[in-house]
Amino acid sequence: MAAKRNRTSLILAPWIFTIGFFLIWEAGVRMFNVSTFVLPAPSVIADSLWTYRTQLLFHSWHTLWMTVAGFGIAVVFGLLLGMALGASRLINAGSYPLLIGFNAIPKVAVVPILVIWFGVGWQAPVLTAFLISFFPIVVNVATGLATIEPETEDVLRALGASKRDIILKVGIPRAMPYFFGSLKVAITLAYVGSVIAEYNASNVGVGNLMARASADFNVPLLFAALIALAVLGVIMYAATSFIEQRMTGWAQRSQLAA
Amino acid sequence: MNAFVDIRDVTHVYAGSEDGAPAVDGMTIKVREGEFAAIVGPSGCGKSTVMKLATGLQFPTSGTVMVAGNPVNAPVKLAGMAFQNPVMLPWRTTLKNLLLPLEIVQPHRSRLRKHRKEYEARAEALLEQVGLKGQGAKFPWQLSGGMQQRASLCRALIHEPRLLMLDEPFAALDAFTREELWCIIRDLHAAQKFTVILVTHDLREAVFLADRVFCMSARPGRIIAEREIDLERPRDLEVTYTQKFIDIVHELRGHIATAREAA
Repeated sequence: MAAKRNRTSLILAPWIFTIGFFLIWEAGVRMFNVSTFVLPAPSVIADSLWTYRTQLLFHSWHTLWMTVAGFGIAVVFGLLLGMALGASRLINAGSYPLLIGFNAIPKVAVVPILVIWFGVGWQAPVLTAFLISFFPIVVNVATGLATIEPETEDVLRALGASKRDIILKVGIPRAMPYFFGSLKVAITLAYVGSVIAEYNASNVGVGNLMARASADFNVPLLFAALIALAVLGVIMYAATSFIEQRMTGWAQRSQLAA
Repeated sequence: MNAFVDIRDVTHVYAGSEDGAPAVDGMTIKVREGEFAAIVGPSGCGKSTVMKLATGLQFPTSGTVMVAGNPVNAPVKLAGMAFQNPVMLPWRTTLKNLLLPLEIVQPHRSRLRKHRKEYEARAEALLEQVGLKGQGAKFPWQLSGGMQQRASLCRALIHEPRLLMLDEPFAALDAFTREELWCIIRDLHAAQKFTVILVTHDLREAVFLADRVFCMSARPGRIIAEREIDLERPRDLEVTYTQKFIDIVHELRGHIATAREAA
């Protein structure tokens, strides 16, 4: 009985904590009479979410597709480069310093250059999302390939397997859990990238909506946009997480076996 | 003597070895076709190097390695290998793991797609021989350690190799499972007559299974004794409790002890 009650409270806990968080927020704002201009109450934000629903949906949609587009390019590019790095020691040694140096640049600093190249539009957010998110994919795919058990390699090489055989039969399937694991990190980064670029270099997207709301001192809309961003971010994270579980269930056997 | 595996006066230094010290030094091993040979020695004596040399994964710094009458200058392709770690691929079912060598080695590689049923039947038959009947659909991580090791033996044998290389394949198993697997490999060898080179540090295992045992010295590895095991076949596990068996183990133990002291 106690165990069952324990389980129920574990299921309820996230809801209670979330609702409690907003209730305390609401009560605090009302009690201390905080100005809406500083921190709007959740009820005011909810009102604003409803009022601006069409705009929020419109801009969220643009943020979504630009993030996913940048992320998609990052996946293709990251897989290819990761495979090259994992398969060839020469490419690995040669390009690692470049890659690390590139990754060290804060991507916000690249946005102005993208604006000069492409002007204000969808290109800057998509490319920023790509640039910011490909690195973890590259590193993870390369690691997966580089850590093939030497015995597996020996078994296959003794049979006359070429390097290509080993990469196709063992390396790539083996790198998949690393790859899908990195997608969860990459999608979050891509999202940060696209919103940053929208802020400065786009006329659509939630980032752009926030830039304008901020210029209008429309604080409730700013917070409503934050909520939209949070929801969108959770959806994208959950989607990649779902794909990961579907694709590489064999690698998550520690929980399944129990 | 016409040797199937003929390692003659081989010295091997690994590329990238820091002190340039050889892993094996002036080693000579001859194994006849169909013979079961065991190599025993203290740990780190270069036993695994012998495996790599005989399968063409490494080429000797000096000396010659011949397998089946041909000098080894590329991976030999006629060998099956099994290791202490079963290294099954966790994303493939056990049956598909068994089929992996067939996806690599010719002529099976080009025949596999068309004759899949026939090959799957062969894999099932092998699984049955090692007591894993009907387990092919399971993933390797759903099997126990001993079962995985059996499956790994099947994978080593699926392409009907003429040479089976075993690198301490039973070292990680409990004593009962180990003896079960001894009998399995004994029966497979008796039925299929392939040549086996077993690397082990278990003297009882070597004496029970092998026709000929080579003792290696500590690094750099060198053959310090060669002993024909004239116990009658087929051997039952009971033989391991006879005086003759114990005497042979004892004698080999003496060689290893000397080798360890010398190190």
